[in-house]
Amino acid sequence: MSGPVLATLGWRFLVMAFLAIGGANAVVPEMHRQVVEVERWMSSGEFAALFALSNAAPGPNVLIVTLVGWHVAGVAGALVATAAMIVPTGLLTYGVFAFWTRLREVPWSRPVQNGLAALTIGLVAASGFLLARAADTGWVTTAITVVTALVSYRTRLNPLWAFAVAAAIGAAGLT
Amino acid sequence: MRNRRPPAASHAGFAPVSSPDPGETPRPTLLELFGGFTRIAAFAFGGVLPWARFVLVERRKWLTADEFTDMLALCQLLPGPNIVNMSVAIGGRFRGPAGAVVSVLGLMMLPTAIVLCLGAFYARFADVPAVGNALTAMGAAAAGLVIAMAAKIGEPVLRRRFLSAAPFVLATFVAVAILRLPLWPVILALAPLAIAAAWRLR
Repeated sequence: MSGPVLATLGWRFLVMAFLAIGGANAVVPEMHRQVVEVERWMSSGEFAALFALSNAAPGPNVLIVTLVGWHVAGVAGALVATAAMIVPTGLLTYGVFAFWTRLREVPWSRPVQNGLAALTIGLVAASGFLLARAADTGWVTTAITVVTALVSYRTRLNPLWAFAVAAAIGAAGLT
Repeated sequence: MRNRRPPAASHAGFAPVSSPDPGETPRPTLLELFGGFTRIAAFAFGGVLPWARFVLVERRKWLTADEFTDMLALCQLLPGPNIVNMSVAIGGRFRGPAGAVVSVLGLMMLPTAIVLCLGAFYARFADVPAVGNALTAMGAAAAGLVIAMAAKIGEPVLRRRFLSAAPFVLATFVAVAILRLPLWPVILALAPLAIAAAWRLR
């Protein structure tokens, strides 16, 4: 795969990493915007499928970045995108923890945390909304989204059950 | 520096009652860090953090509950994936830069390999209708999980401080989901206002 594509991938995910306040799910809308709308590397439906795959695998939800990189530029793309997403911010984290260990005693840490939490909630809700729009092609898929959301909100059921049931419904051709 | 400090000092007064030997939690080796984070990653489905907390605090006792909460709070303030930042902070604290590197590798290597296998499977069989339909349905389920996550993290915040939080939850949602604005101007514009509101309406 060509160097320019890898460079674009790396740069875009590096910038995205620094916008990821509150975890990888908060940047899913931005990822969708850049990957589907700006770069046109894949369709909205493909993005939703990759997101589902990344959730079906064990591990951190930053794996969506790995799959997007892989889809665009193979294994090299997967490694470049993942490294761009975790290495620079990881270095920043290391530096901050090395020099700043008394978070609780900083008077403004609580308001900063609370203020950013509001943005994170809005961003995760936006992720859910956009993923639902991408994946919900009919009433069956819409029902899957609604039921999964309700069950997951109300119970502590392992999310793998939701994927297993959904996959069975889909494979049976009911969507 | 935190990662040079003997762990005994950081446990003083914090060790859980159930700990057999408070203040003397052994400092994990590089191999133990790698193994610990591999284990965390391998069994974590749908959100690593609760499972990571169980392994780090209750099973391996590398951190006390308070230490975990404090570290997580700072990691959530810092940009980047939270659990990756946590592995950097924990690995670095016990074994310096090498500890941070092996912890991140432990967290990422196995899941990356698994997800690439799933991706290869998808690429090979996406044209088979049953596989494509199953993936579409799983995408619908994944969307539901994310919506539930928004509700779970949103509920306590909105319950406690509706006035200072709700306008910014809504503004962020509309800007990103409806208006489809790029993320960085949204954060630059809303973050200072949201922090100011949280400060004033404490």
